[in-house]
Amino acid sequence: MEKLLNIALPKGRLGEKVYKMFEAAGFPCPEILETNRKLTFENPEAGVRYFWVKPSDVPIYVERGAADIGVAGKDILMEYQPDIYELLDLKTGKCRMISAAPEGYVDNTQHILRVATKFAGIARRYYASIGREIDIIHLNGSIEIAPILGLSDVIVDITETGTTLKENNLKIIDTIASISARLIANKSSFRFRRDMIDRVVAGLSAQTEADR
Amino acid sequence: MKFDSSVLNNTEKIMFALRALYMGSGYRRYTMSRFEEYDLYSRNKDFLVSDGVITFTDTNGMLMALKPDVTLSIIRNCRDEENSLRKLCYNESVYRISKKTGTFKEIMQTGLECIGMIDAGCLTEVLSLAGESLAMLSDSFILELSDMDTVLTFLNDMTQSDDIKRRIIKCAGERNIHEITEICEQESIPELKCKSFRDLLSISGRAEKVLPELGRLCPGDRLAARLDLIKSIIGGIGDTEIRSRIEIDFSLIGDVSYYNGIVFRGFIDGIPDRVLSGGQYDRLMEKMGKRSNAVGFAVYLDELERIELPDDFC
Repeated sequence: MEKLLNIALPKGRLGEKVYKMFEAAGFPCPEILETNRKLTFENPEAGVRYFWVKPSDVPIYVERGAADIGVAGKDILMEYQPDIYELLDLKTGKCRMISAAPEGYVDNTQHILRVATKFAGIARRYYASIGREIDIIHLNGSIEIAPILGLSDVIVDITETGTTLKENNLKIIDTIASISARLIANKSSFRFRRDMIDRVVAGLSAQTEADR
Repeated sequence: MKFDSSVLNNTEKIMFALRALYMGSGYRRYTMSRFEEYDLYSRNKDFLVSDGVITFTDTNGMLMALKPDVTLSIIRNCRDEENSLRKLCYNESVYRISKKTGTFKEIMQTGLECIGMIDAGCLTEVLSLAGESLAMLSDSFILELSDMDTVLTFLNDMTQSDDIKRRIIKCAGERNIHEITEICEQESIPELKCKSFRDLLSISGRAEKVLPELGRLCPGDRLAARLDLIKSIIGGIGDTEIRSRIEIDFSLIGDVSYYNGIVFRGFIDGIPDRVLSGGQYDRLMEKMGKRSNAVGFAVYLDELERIELPDDFC
Protein backbone atom coordinates (compact mmCIF):
# COMPACT_ATOMS: atom_id res chain seq x y z
CA MET A 1 0.00 0.00 0.00
CA GLU A 2 1.23 3.48 -0.82
CA LYS A 3 2.43 5.54 2.15
CA LEU A 4 0.02 8.21 3.40
CA LEU A 5 0.82 11.78 2.45
CA ASN A 6 1.54 13.70 5.68
CA ILE A 7 -0.04 17.15 5.64
CA ALA A 8 0.66 19.80 8.32
CA LEU A 9 -2.16 22.30 8.76
CA PRO A 10 -2.00 25.46 10.89
CA LYS A 11 -4.22 25.29 13.99
CA GLY A 12 -7.06 27.81 14.01
CA ARG A 13 -9.50 29.45 11.62
CA LEU A 14 -7.14 29.50 8.64
CA GLY A 15 -6.37 25.78 9.07
CA GLU A 16 -10.07 24.90 9.12
CA LYS A 17 -10.70 26.97 5.99
CA VAL A 18 -7.76 25.37 4.22
CA TYR A 19 -8.88 21.87 5.25
CA LYS A 20 -12.19 22.54 3.46
CA MET A 21 -10.15 23.27 0.31
CA PHE A 22 -8.32 19.93 0.65
CA GLU A 23 -11.67 18.21 1.18
CA ALA A 24 -13.09 19.82 -1.97
CA ALA A 25 -9.93 18.81 -3.83
CA GLY A 26 -10.74 15.14 -3.15
CA PHE A 27 -8.74 14.53 0.05
CA PRO A 28 -11.39 14.39 2.80
CA CYS A 29 -10.87 13.22 6.37
CA PRO A 30 -14.17 13.96 8.20
CA GLU A 31 -12.95 13.08 11.70
CA ILE A 32 -10.64 16.12 11.61
CA LEU A 33 -13.66 18.37 12.29
CA GLU A 34 -14.81 16.39 15.35
CA THR A 35 -14.22 18.13 18.66
CA ASN A 36 -11.62 16.08 20.54
CA ARG A 37 -8.00 16.25 21.62
CA LYS A 38 -6.59 14.15 18.79
CA LEU A 39 -3.77 15.74 16.84
CA THR A 40 -3.44 13.41 13.85
CA PHE A 41 -6.21 12.23 11.53
CA GLU A 42 -5.96 9.61 8.78
CA ASN A 43 -8.00 8.66 5.77
CA PRO A 44 -6.21 5.71 4.11
CA GLU A 45 -8.74 5.67 1.28
CA ALA A 46 -7.81 9.21 0.27
CA GLY A 47 -4.14 8.47 1.07
CA VAL A 48 -3.73 11.35 3.54
CA ARG A 49 -2.80 11.95 7.18
CA TYR A 50 -3.49 15.46 8.51
CA PHE A 51 -2.12 17.01 11.67
CA TRP A 52 -2.65 20.35 13.37
CA VAL A 53 0.43 22.28 14.45
CA LYS A 54 1.17 25.81 15.61
CA PRO A 55 1.15 27.99 12.44
CA SER A 56 4.77 29.09 12.86
CA ASP A 57 5.86 25.42 13.21
CA VAL A 58 4.41 24.26 9.86
CA PRO A 59 7.58 25.12 7.85
CA ILE A 60 9.73 23.27 10.42
CA TYR A 61 7.66 20.08 10.06
CA VAL A 62 7.85 20.35 6.28
CA GLU A 63 11.53 21.31 6.01
CA ARG A 64 12.52 18.41 8.30
CA GLY A 65 10.32 15.95 6.38
CA ALA A 66 7.90 15.08 9.22
CA ALA A 67 5.23 16.49 6.89
CA ASP A 68 5.45 16.00 3.12
CA ILE A 69 3.40 19.13 2.48
CA GLY A 70 1.77 21.84 4.60
CA VAL A 71 0.10 25.21 4.59
CA ALA A 72 1.85 28.27 5.99
CA GLY A 73 1.35 32.02 5.81
CA LYS A 74 3.74 33.95 3.57
CA ASP A 75 4.68 36.02 6.66
CA ILE A 76 6.05 32.90 8.38
CA LEU A 77 7.91 31.85 5.22
CA MET A 78 9.43 35.31 4.78
CA GLU A 79 10.52 35.41 8.41
CA TYR A 80 12.09 31.94 8.72
CA GLN A 81 13.11 31.38 5.06
CA PRO A 82 12.88 27.59 5.22
CA ASP A 83 14.45 25.47 2.48
CA ILE A 84 11.18 24.19 0.96
CA TYR A 85 9.16 24.43 -2.26
CA GLU A 86 6.35 27.00 -2.34
CA LEU A 87 3.96 25.34 -4.76
CA LEU A 88 0.80 27.42 -4.67
CA ASP A 89 -0.71 30.69 -3.46
CA LEU A 90 -3.98 29.52 -1.89
CA LYS A 91 -5.31 33.11 -2.04
CA THR A 92 -6.89 32.81 1.38
CA GLY A 93 -5.89 34.32 4.74
CA LYS A 94 -5.04 37.49 2.84
CA CYS A 95 -3.45 40.42 4.69
CA ARG A 96 -0.50 42.81 4.37
CA MET A 97 2.88 43.13 6.07
CA ILE A 98 3.17 46.84 6.83
CA SER A 99 5.21 49.42 8.67
CA ALA A 100 3.11 51.87 10.71
CA ALA A 101 3.66 54.81 13.05
CA PRO A 102 1.52 57.16 15.18
CA GLU A 103 -0.45 59.76 13.20
CA GLY A 104 1.75 62.80 12.57
CA TYR A 105 5.01 60.90 13.08
CA VAL A 106 7.93 62.28 11.06
CA ASP A 107 11.03 60.09 10.73
CA ASN A 108 14.08 61.78 12.24
CA THR A 109 16.89 60.30 10.17
CA GLN A 110 19.51 61.59 12.65
CA HIS A 111 18.42 58.84 15.04
CA ILE A 112 18.48 55.08 14.75
CA LEU A 113 14.90 54.01 14.04
CA ARG A 114 13.35 51.89 16.82
CA VAL A 115 11.18 49.16 15.29
CA ALA A 116 8.86 46.96 17.37
CA THR A 117 7.91 43.71 15.67
CA LYS A 118 7.30 39.99 15.90
CA PHE A 119 9.00 39.67 12.50
CA ALA A 120 12.61 40.65 13.22
CA GLY A 121 14.03 39.02 10.06
CA ILE A 122 11.55 40.71 7.72
CA ALA A 123 12.03 44.11 9.41
CA ARG A 124 15.83 43.80 9.29
CA ARG A 125 15.83 42.91 5.57
CA TYR A 126 13.26 45.57 4.67
CA TYR A 127 15.09 48.46 6.36
CA ALA A 128 18.45 47.20 5.02
CA SER A 129 16.94 47.35 1.52
CA ILE A 130 16.10 51.06 2.00
CA GLY A 131 19.36 51.80 3.82
CA ARG A 132 17.88 52.79 7.20
CA GLU A 133 19.69 51.84 10.40
CA ILE A 134 17.34 50.31 12.96
CA ASP A 135 17.12 48.94 16.47
CA ILE A 136 14.82 45.91 16.62
CA ILE A 137 12.55 45.52 19.64
CA HIS A 138 11.33 41.95 19.45
CA LEU A 139 7.81 41.56 20.90
CA ASN A 140 5.50 38.55 20.85
CA GLY A 141 2.11 40.30 20.73
CA SER A 142 0.19 43.60 21.11
CA ILE A 143 2.75 45.27 18.85
CA GLU A 144 0.49 48.34 18.34
CA ILE A 145 1.02 49.44 21.93
CA ALA A 146 4.81 49.89 21.51
CA PRO A 147 4.83 53.32 19.77
CA ILE A 148 1.95 54.57 21.94
CA LEU A 149 4.04 53.98 25.09
CA GLY A 150 7.21 55.33 23.47
CA LEU A 151 8.88 51.91 23.33
CA SER A 152 9.40 52.22 19.56
CA ASP A 153 9.09 54.78 16.76
CA VAL A 154 7.38 52.43 14.30
CA ILE A 155 6.03 48.90 14.11
CA VAL A 156 6.27 46.18 11.46
CA ASP A 157 3.27 43.88 11.62
CA ILE A 158 0.51 42.22 9.62
CA THR A 159 -2.88 43.83 9.17
CA GLU A 160 -6.01 42.56 7.45
CA THR A 161 -8.36 45.56 7.48
CA GLY A 162 -6.28 48.19 9.32
CA THR A 163 -9.02 48.65 11.96
CA THR A 164 -6.78 47.89 14.99
CA LEU A 165 -4.18 50.31 13.64
CA LYS A 166 -6.80 53.07 13.20
CA GLU A 167 -8.27 52.46 16.65
CA ASN A 168 -4.79 52.95 18.11
CA ASN A 169 -4.18 56.12 16.09
CA LEU A 170 -1.54 54.48 13.89
CA LYS A 171 -1.15 55.09 10.14
CA ILE A 172 0.39 52.79 7.57
CA ILE A 173 3.69 54.13 6.23
CA ASP A 174 4.50 51.39 3.74
CA THR A 175 3.28 48.00 2.55
CA ILE A 176 6.21 45.60 2.73
CA ALA A 177 4.51 42.53 1.23
CA SER A 178 1.16 40.96 0.40
CA ILE A 179 0.50 37.94 2.60
CA SER A 180 -1.66 34.86 2.02
CA ALA A 181 -1.60 31.14 2.78
CA ARG A 182 0.83 29.07 0.68
CA LEU A 183 1.03 25.36 -0.05
CA ILE A 184 4.59 24.23 0.73
CA ALA A 185 6.39 20.92 0.17
CA ASN A 186 9.50 19.19 1.44
CA LYS A 187 12.08 19.06 -1.38
CA SER A 188 12.78 15.36 -0.97
CA SER A 189 9.11 14.36 -0.54
CA PHE A 190 8.28 16.34 -3.68
CA ARG A 191 10.56 13.99 -5.64
CA PHE A 192 9.33 10.72 -4.12
CA ARG A 193 5.60 11.56 -3.69
CA ARG A 194 5.32 13.56 -6.89
CA ASP A 195 2.15 11.98 -8.30
CA MET A 196 0.16 12.49 -5.11
CA ILE A 197 1.49 16.04 -4.56
CA ASP A 198 0.69 16.95 -8.18
CA ARG A 199 -2.90 15.74 -7.62
CA VAL A 200 -3.20 17.90 -4.47
CA VAL A 201 -1.81 20.93 -6.33
CA ALA A 202 -4.21 20.39 -9.25
CA GLY A 203 -7.21 20.01 -6.89
CA LEU A 204 -6.34 23.14 -4.92
CA SER A 205 -5.36 25.31 -7.87
CA ALA A 206 -8.69 24.52 -9.57
CA GLN A 207 -10.35 26.22 -6.57
CA THR A 208 -8.01 29.25 -6.46
CA GLU A 209 -8.46 29.74 -10.22
CA ALA A 210 -12.27 29.49 -9.82
CA ASP A 211 -12.11 32.18 -7.09
CA ARG A 212 -10.34 34.64 -9.39
CA MET B 1 44.85 -7.69 11.10
CA LYS B 2 41.21 -8.37 10.30
CA PHE B 3 38.35 -6.67 12.09
CA ASP B 4 34.59 -7.00 12.25
CA SER B 5 32.94 -4.23 10.20
CA SER B 6 30.12 -4.06 12.77
CA VAL B 7 32.43 -1.90 14.93
CA LEU B 8 32.04 0.88 12.34
CA ASN B 9 29.19 3.37 12.59
CA ASN B 10 27.13 4.33 9.52
CA THR B 11 29.21 7.39 8.69
CA GLU B 12 32.45 5.40 8.76
CA LYS B 13 31.01 2.54 6.70
CA ILE B 14 29.72 4.95 4.04
CA MET B 15 32.95 6.95 4.03
CA PHE B 16 35.11 3.85 3.40
CA ALA B 17 32.71 2.36 0.86
CA LEU B 18 32.59 5.60 -1.17
CA ARG B 19 36.35 6.03 -0.96
CA ALA B 20 36.76 2.50 -2.36
CA LEU B 21 34.30 3.33 -5.16
CA TYR B 22 36.10 6.52 -6.16
CA MET B 23 39.65 5.13 -5.85
CA GLY B 24 38.55 2.05 -7.80
CA SER B 25 37.46 4.42 -10.58
CA GLY B 26 40.90 6.01 -10.81
CA TYR B 27 40.48 8.94 -8.39
CA ARG B 28 43.53 9.71 -6.24
CA ARG B 29 43.01 10.51 -2.59
CA TYR B 30 43.68 14.13 -1.67
CA THR B 31 44.38 15.05 1.94
CA MET B 32 44.75 18.56 3.21
CA SER B 33 45.39 20.59 6.31
CA ARG B 34 42.49 21.41 8.63
CA PHE B 35 43.39 25.11 8.35
CA GLU B 36 43.53 27.51 5.44
CA GLU B 37 44.12 31.26 5.16
CA TYR B 38 40.84 33.06 5.88
CA ASP B 39 41.35 35.24 2.81
CA LEU B 40 40.49 32.28 0.53
CA TYR B 41 37.00 32.02 1.99
CA SER B 42 36.33 35.73 2.43
CA ARG B 43 36.91 36.22 -1.32
CA ASN B 44 34.51 33.40 -2.24
CA LYS B 45 31.90 33.70 0.49
CA ASP B 46 28.93 33.06 -1.80
CA PHE B 47 30.33 29.67 -2.79
CA LEU B 48 30.19 28.45 0.81
CA VAL B 49 27.14 26.52 2.00
CA SER B 50 26.96 28.50 5.27
CA ASP B 51 28.00 32.06 6.07
CA GLY B 52 30.04 31.54 9.20
CA VAL B 53 33.72 30.62 9.29
CA ILE B 54 35.67 29.81 12.49
CA THR B 55 38.82 31.93 12.46
CA PHE B 56 41.94 32.22 14.62
CA THR B 57 45.23 34.10 14.45
CA ASP B 58 48.20 31.81 13.81
CA THR B 59 51.56 32.23 15.58
CA ASN B 60 52.85 34.27 12.61
CA GLY B 61 49.95 36.72 12.87
CA MET B 62 48.14 35.30 9.82
CA LEU B 63 44.33 35.10 10.08
CA MET B 64 43.44 31.44 9.52
CA ALA B 65 40.17 29.52 9.24
CA LEU B 66 39.02 26.01 10.03
CA LYS B 67 38.06 24.71 6.59
CA PRO B 68 34.36 25.32 5.85
CA ASP B 69 34.76 23.81 2.36
CA VAL B 70 37.03 21.41 0.50
CA THR B 71 36.62 22.41 -3.16
CA LEU B 72 38.18 25.87 -2.74
CA SER B 73 41.32 24.37 -1.15
CA ILE B 74 41.67 21.78 -3.90
CA ILE B 75 41.34 24.42 -6.63
CA ARG B 76 43.86 26.69 -4.97
CA ASN B 77 46.43 23.92 -4.76
CA CYS B 78 45.80 22.63 -8.28
CA ARG B 79 48.12 23.75 -11.09
CA ASP B 80 46.84 24.40 -14.62
CA GLU B 81 48.36 21.81 -16.94
CA GLU B 82 47.69 21.61 -20.67
CA ASN B 83 45.71 18.58 -21.88
CA SER B 84 45.60 16.99 -18.45
CA LEU B 85 42.85 15.69 -16.21
CA ARG B 86 43.31 15.42 -12.46
CA LYS B 87 40.90 13.08 -10.71
CA LEU B 88 40.83 13.56 -6.96
CA CYS B 89 38.69 12.28 -4.12
CA TYR B 90 38.60 13.25 -0.47
CA ASN B 91 37.22 12.56 3.02
CA GLU B 92 37.53 15.66 5.11
CA SER B 93 35.96 17.35 8.11
CA VAL B 94 34.51 20.76 7.37
CA TYR B 95 33.35 23.30 9.96
CA ARG B 96 30.07 25.02 9.19
CA ILE B 97 27.02 26.52 10.79
CA SER B 98 24.44 23.75 10.85
CA LYS B 99 21.17 24.70 9.18
CA LYS B 100 19.36 22.66 11.81
CA THR B 101 20.94 23.98 15.02
CA GLY B 102 22.24 27.38 13.92
CA THR B 103 25.56 26.59 15.64
CA PHE B 104 28.96 25.48 14.33
CA LYS B 105 29.32 21.79 13.65
CA GLU B 106 32.10 19.50 12.44
CA ILE B 107 30.73 17.72 9.37
CA MET B 108 32.41 14.81 7.61
CA GLN B 109 32.23 15.31 3.86
CA THR B 110 33.32 13.01 1.09
CA GLY B 111 33.38 13.64 -2.62
CA LEU B 112 35.41 13.97 -5.77
CA GLU B 113 36.69 16.63 -8.14
CA CYS B 114 37.74 16.30 -11.78
CA ILE B 115 39.95 19.19 -12.92
CA GLY B 116 41.41 19.87 -16.37
CA MET B 117 40.01 19.19 -19.85
CA ILE B 118 36.37 18.37 -19.08
CA ASP B 119 34.47 16.76 -21.94
CA ALA B 120 31.14 14.92 -22.20
CA GLY B 121 32.83 11.64 -21.28
CA CYS B 122 34.16 13.15 -18.08
CA LEU B 123 30.75 14.64 -17.19
CA THR B 124 29.17 11.23 -17.79
CA GLU B 125 31.70 9.54 -15.52
CA VAL B 126 31.14 12.04 -12.67
CA LEU B 127 27.33 11.86 -12.97
CA SER B 128 27.52 8.09 -13.11
CA LEU B 129 29.66 7.97 -9.95
CA ALA B 130 27.16 10.29 -8.23
CA GLY B 131 24.43 7.79 -9.18
CA GLU B 132 26.52 4.82 -8.03
CA SER B 133 27.17 6.58 -4.69
CA LEU B 134 23.40 6.92 -4.15
CA ALA B 135 22.68 3.39 -5.37
CA MET B 136 25.11 2.01 -2.77
CA LEU B 137 23.15 3.72 0.00
CA SER B 138 19.57 2.96 -0.96
CA ASP B 139 17.35 1.23 -3.50
CA SER B 140 15.15 4.29 -3.60
CA PHE B 141 17.05 7.35 -4.80
CA ILE B 142 16.69 10.14 -7.34
CA LEU B 143 19.46 12.05 -9.07
CA GLU B 144 18.12 15.46 -10.05
CA LEU B 145 19.84 17.10 -13.03
CA SER B 146 19.73 20.65 -14.35
CA ASP B 147 21.76 22.77 -16.75
CA MET B 148 22.86 26.28 -15.83
CA ASP B 149 23.54 27.30 -19.44
CA THR B 150 19.98 26.42 -20.45
CA VAL B 151 18.43 28.26 -17.48
CA LEU B 152 20.62 31.33 -18.04
CA THR B 153 19.77 31.44 -21.75
CA PHE B 154 16.07 31.69 -20.81
CA LEU B 155 16.77 34.25 -18.06
CA ASN B 156 18.97 36.44 -20.28
CA ASP B 157 16.17 36.47 -22.82
CA MET B 158 13.77 37.74 -20.12
CA THR B 159 15.88 40.51 -18.58
CA GLN B 160 19.34 42.05 -18.44
CA SER B 161 18.91 43.18 -14.82
CA ASP B 162 20.98 41.14 -12.35
CA ASP B 163 18.61 42.10 -9.53
CA ILE B 164 15.53 40.81 -11.38
CA LYS B 165 17.42 37.64 -12.37
CA ARG B 166 18.40 37.09 -8.73
CA ARG B 167 14.76 37.45 -7.63
CA ILE B 168 13.52 35.09 -10.35
CA ILE B 169 16.23 32.52 -9.53
CA LYS B 170 15.23 32.59 -5.85
CA CYS B 171 11.58 31.92 -6.79
CA ALA B 172 12.59 29.24 -9.30
CA GLY B 173 14.58 27.42 -6.58
CA GLU B 174 11.37 27.34 -4.52
CA ARG B 175 9.26 26.25 -7.53
CA ASN B 176 7.35 29.44 -6.75
CA ILE B 177 5.74 29.91 -10.15
CA HIS B 178 3.08 32.40 -8.93
CA GLU B 179 5.69 34.89 -7.71
CA ILE B 180 7.70 34.56 -10.93
CA THR B 181 4.54 35.65 -12.76
CA GLU B 182 4.15 38.58 -10.33
CA ILE B 183 7.78 39.69 -10.85
CA CYS B 184 7.35 39.51 -14.64
CA GLU B 185 4.19 41.61 -14.43
CA GLN B 186 5.85 44.20 -12.14
CA GLU B 187 8.95 44.43 -14.35
CA SER B 188 7.03 44.44 -17.68
CA ILE B 189 8.66 41.24 -18.93
CA PRO B 190 6.61 40.02 -21.94
CA GLU B 191 4.16 37.25 -20.98
CA LEU B 192 5.45 35.00 -23.78
CA LYS B 193 8.97 35.00 -22.29
CA CYS B 194 7.63 34.54 -18.77
CA LYS B 195 5.50 31.61 -19.94
CA SER B 196 8.48 29.95 -21.65
CA PHE B 197 10.43 30.10 -18.38
CA ARG B 198 7.46 28.80 -16.38
CA ASP B 199 7.12 25.94 -18.87
CA LEU B 200 10.83 25.16 -18.49
CA LEU B 201 10.33 24.83 -14.71
CA SER B 202 7.10 22.88 -15.07
CA ILE B 203 8.55 20.24 -17.38
CA SER B 204 10.33 18.13 -14.79
CA GLY B 205 10.55 14.42 -14.21
CA ARG B 206 12.20 11.27 -15.53
CA ALA B 207 14.74 12.12 -18.22
CA GLU B 208 13.27 9.81 -20.88
CA LYS B 209 9.88 11.52 -20.52
CA VAL B 210 11.13 15.09 -20.23
CA LEU B 211 13.87 15.27 -22.88
CA PRO B 212 11.52 15.00 -25.91
CA GLU B 213 9.28 17.73 -24.42
CA LEU B 214 12.30 19.97 -23.86
CA GLY B 215 13.22 19.68 -27.52
CA ARG B 216 10.00 21.48 -28.38
CA LEU B 217 10.56 24.15 -25.73
CA CYS B 218 14.20 24.97 -26.53
CA PRO B 219 14.50 26.60 -29.95
CA GLY B 220 17.82 27.86 -31.28
CA ASP B 221 21.19 26.25 -31.91
CA ARG B 222 22.64 27.06 -28.50
CA LEU B 223 19.82 25.38 -26.56
CA ALA B 224 19.70 22.48 -29.01
CA ALA B 225 23.44 21.92 -28.41
CA ARG B 226 22.90 21.93 -24.64
CA LEU B 227 20.07 19.46 -24.99
CA ASP B 228 22.23 17.19 -27.15
CA LEU B 229 24.96 17.33 -24.51
CA ILE B 230 22.50 16.40 -21.73
CA LYS B 231 21.20 13.50 -23.84
CA SER B 232 24.73 12.33 -24.55
CA ILE B 233 25.73 12.52 -20.84
CA ILE B 234 22.70 10.53 -19.71
CA GLY B 235 22.93 8.13 -22.65
CA GLY B 236 26.58 7.47 -21.78
CA ILE B 237 25.72 6.13 -18.33
CA GLY B 238 26.06 2.39 -18.68
CA ASP B 239 23.98 1.33 -15.66
CA THR B 240 20.36 1.40 -16.83
CA GLU B 241 19.08 1.44 -13.23
CA ILE B 242 21.00 4.66 -12.50
CA ARG B 243 19.93 6.14 -15.83
CA SER B 244 16.29 5.51 -14.98
CA ARG B 245 16.68 7.38 -11.66
CA ILE B 246 17.78 10.64 -13.29
CA GLU B 247 15.15 13.38 -13.21
CA ILE B 248 15.50 16.64 -15.10
CA ASP B 249 14.46 19.67 -13.06
CA PHE B 250 15.46 23.21 -14.03
CA SER B 251 14.34 24.60 -10.67
CA LEU B 252 17.75 23.37 -9.49
CA ILE B 253 19.92 26.44 -10.05
CA GLY B 254 23.40 26.82 -8.61
CA ASP B 255 25.09 30.15 -7.87
CA VAL B 256 25.49 31.85 -11.26
CA SER B 257 28.85 33.36 -10.29
CA TYR B 258 30.38 29.90 -9.87
CA TYR B 259 28.48 27.23 -11.75
CA ASN B 260 28.00 26.72 -15.46
CA GLY B 261 26.96 23.61 -17.36
CA ILE B 262 25.33 20.73 -15.52
CA VAL B 263 24.38 20.85 -11.83
CA PHE B 264 22.89 17.95 -9.91
CA ARG B 265 21.57 16.85 -6.52
CA GLY B 266 20.88 13.45 -4.97
CA PHE B 267 17.91 12.52 -2.79
CA ILE B 268 17.18 9.32 -0.87
CA ASP B 269 13.63 8.38 0.08
CA GLY B 270 13.06 9.06 3.79
CA ILE B 271 15.86 11.64 4.14
CA PRO B 272 14.38 15.15 4.11
CA ASP B 273 17.34 17.01 2.61
CA ARG B 274 19.63 16.42 -0.36
CA VAL B 275 22.46 14.02 0.44
CA LEU B 276 24.65 14.84 -2.56
CA SER B 277 25.23 17.91 -4.65
CA GLY B 278 27.58 18.92 -7.40
CA GLY B 279 28.12 20.41 -10.82
CA GLN B 280 30.49 22.01 -13.25
CA TYR B 281 32.16 25.12 -11.83
CA ASP B 282 34.34 26.65 -14.53
CA ARG B 283 33.32 30.15 -13.40
CA LEU B 284 34.73 29.54 -9.92
CA MET B 285 37.96 28.26 -11.52
CA GLU B 286 38.15 31.43 -13.63
CA LYS B 287 37.48 33.58 -10.56
CA MET B 288 40.40 31.91 -8.83
CA GLY B 289 42.68 32.57 -11.79
CA LYS B 290 42.66 29.04 -13.27
CA ARG B 291 42.22 28.20 -16.94
CA SER B 292 41.13 24.59 -16.38
CA ASN B 293 37.52 23.40 -16.25
CA ALA B 294 36.21 21.46 -13.28
CA VAL B 295 33.32 19.29 -12.16
CA GLY B 296 32.72 17.49 -8.89
CA PHE B 297 30.32 16.60 -6.13
CA ALA B 298 30.12 16.20 -2.37
CA VAL B 299 28.21 13.64 -0.30
CA TYR B 300 26.87 15.05 2.98
CA LEU B 301 27.58 12.32 5.51
CA ASP B 302 25.82 14.19 8.33
CA GLU B 303 22.52 13.68 6.48
CA LEU B 304 23.17 9.92 6.40
CA GLU B 305 23.72 9.26 10.12
CA ARG B 306 20.33 7.62 10.57
CA ILE B 307 20.03 5.84 7.22
CA GLU B 308 19.26 2.13 7.30
CA LEU B 309 21.96 0.65 5.12
CA PRO B 310 21.32 -2.46 3.02
CA ASP B 311 22.30 -5.71 4.85
CA ASP B 312 25.09 -6.44 2.38
CA PHE B 313 26.54 -2.92 2.58
CA CYS B 314 29.93 -3.81 4.10
